[in-house]
Amino acid sequence: MSMTTDPSEGQTASFGSVQARAKNTINPARIAIENLDFYYGDHKALKGIKLNLPDRQVTGMIGPSGCGKSTLLRVLNRMYDLYPGQRATGRAMMDEMNIIDPKVDVNALRARIGMVFQKPTPFPMTIYENIAFGVKLHERLSRSAMDERVEWSLTRAALWGEVKDRLNTSAMGLSGGQQQRLCIARTIAVRPEVILLDEPTSALDPISTLKIEELIDELKNDFTIAIVTHNMQQAARCADQVAFFYLGEMVECAPAVQIFTAPKQKRTQEYVTGRFG
Amino acid sequence: MNTTLSAVGGVPGPAKDIRVSRALGKRRHRINTMVKALCVLATALGMVLLGSILLTLIWRGASGLSLSVFTTVTKPPGSGGGLLNAIVGTLIQTVIGTAVGTPIGLMVGTYLAEYGHNSALANAVRFVSDVLLSAPSILIGLFVYQLAVEPFGGFSGAAGCMALAILVIPIVVRTTEDMLRLITPSLREAAIGLGAPKWKVIVLICYRAAMDGIVTGVLLAVARIAGETAPLLFTSLGNLNWSVSLDQPMASLPVTIYQYAGSAFDDWVQLAWVGALLITFGVLAINIVARLVLRRGK
Repeated sequence: MSMTTDPSEGQTASFGSVQARAKNTINPARIAIENLDFYYGDHKALKGIKLNLPDRQVTGMIGPSGCGKSTLLRVLNRMYDLYPGQRATGRAMMDEMNIIDPKVDVNALRARIGMVFQKPTPFPMTIYENIAFGVKLHERLSRSAMDERVEWSLTRAALWGEVKDRLNTSAMGLSGGQQQRLCIARTIAVRPEVILLDEPTSALDPISTLKIEELIDELKNDFTIAIVTHNMQQAARCADQVAFFYLGEMVECAPAVQIFTAPKQKRTQEYVTGRFG
Repeated sequence: MNTTLSAVGGVPGPAKDIRVSRALGKRRHRINTMVKALCVLATALGMVLLGSILLTLIWRGASGLSLSVFTTVTKPPGSGGGLLNAIVGTLIQTVIGTAVGTPIGLMVGTYLAEYGHNSALANAVRFVSDVLLSAPSILIGLFVYQLAVEPFGGFSGAAGCMALAILVIPIVVRTTEDMLRLITPSLREAAIGLGAPKWKVIVLICYRAAMDGIVTGVLLAVARIAGETAPLLFTSLGNLNWSVSLDQPMASLPVTIYQYAGSAFDDWVQLAWVGALLITFGVLAINIVARLVLRRGK
């Protein structure tokens, strides 16, 4: 699966935890973004983005607030469709399909490209129903198959042990960290190919954050993942490749090791060393 | 040590006068106490008024409560009689009025919050609904009289139901729209992000999230129409005899209270008090039960 497209191969990282997970190989693209522009009304928020999301690897997106990284995620599962005045041009290819093509069936697309948001958003229903809701949109399962799917996704989200005895209680009673893992479970229950995570741990405590990060590491065996984060250590810990965004442009994208130890662009270096942002 | 020490505890930086600080603290405390006292007073005033209404109702009404109130229909003065026809009439008209008005109000409220937003049509609908909300209810009675009484040659329970339904609609519209708008966009986006079409997001997620508020709105509407007299005077009119057919004039508690309370007969006046007691505690009971059910559902 893995193909060597990485120029920095062999380079050793000195950036703490990056070393432990240093990946010098970047897989072929699952989603290939090219020449992508995005507009909020007249304001151009993304300018000619070119970026590959490598298959079954984690792409970390970093950059100062308002640089367009969250916007890019919202383009990839067409969340912007909800808001008149927002539009995208260019190409974001997934197989033979251009994601931003108006003819794309957005509901089917969103089943393939799931999204987890900054704040945990459990639905006002039981834990079981929270998982079943998404599954029922796309599949007809027997009761026992649904039970299995619920257990599978909660297990994958490292939540099963904590909730298996209270599946029929309200999801609103879970802690913040548990709610966020429930949202991840809900997303993977519909078996997407790509998971977009928009600052998934910014509202969580360190322990819950650690759990989510471990989870991301585990999930990338099966899913292609993109994670937006303001936390540079998090990007270093989780991501195989990191893309740095600034003022609506993708400045630099490279394996995590390289971005944090030997960035090619001056702006990247200034940002990752904390000189601005 | 820093040379620019302030008056307080050796903290560096601009000096602060501790006496001014204390005086301000005291002032804040005084104002707080005063405002708190005013709040308690206002609450107490409201409670006393409400309590006195309830106590008067119980005082005057309870003595007339007996089984025959619930088992016999209204009779001429001096010959006993109860309120059976009025109780049943109010139940029928309130239930049908709510059942007809709620879905319409719910749909209009959903349109305003989820689809219309600030379009010209939505603003017009919102304006009309708000006007309807504050329109004198006797106007609704006259309107239905023109629409459903005169053309069909007589007062009827159905016309009464219609008038009450029209009163329900704007209340449910307003609460439904308000409650749906309170739902955070992130909840909608989460559901849409899973690939749910908009109508499923509204029906399966938003309605559930807004359930408490919408039910409260419906209960407010029930409470309002259960006690409405004016719109029924021109529509279901009232009926001294037993009748549950919707094409005939139909008795109701408020109209009976209106007729009996102003009469010269002591036993009728007594029954009016009993009727008022029944409406008040009926509505109170519905509210309490609904709250309990909602809380258990959590």
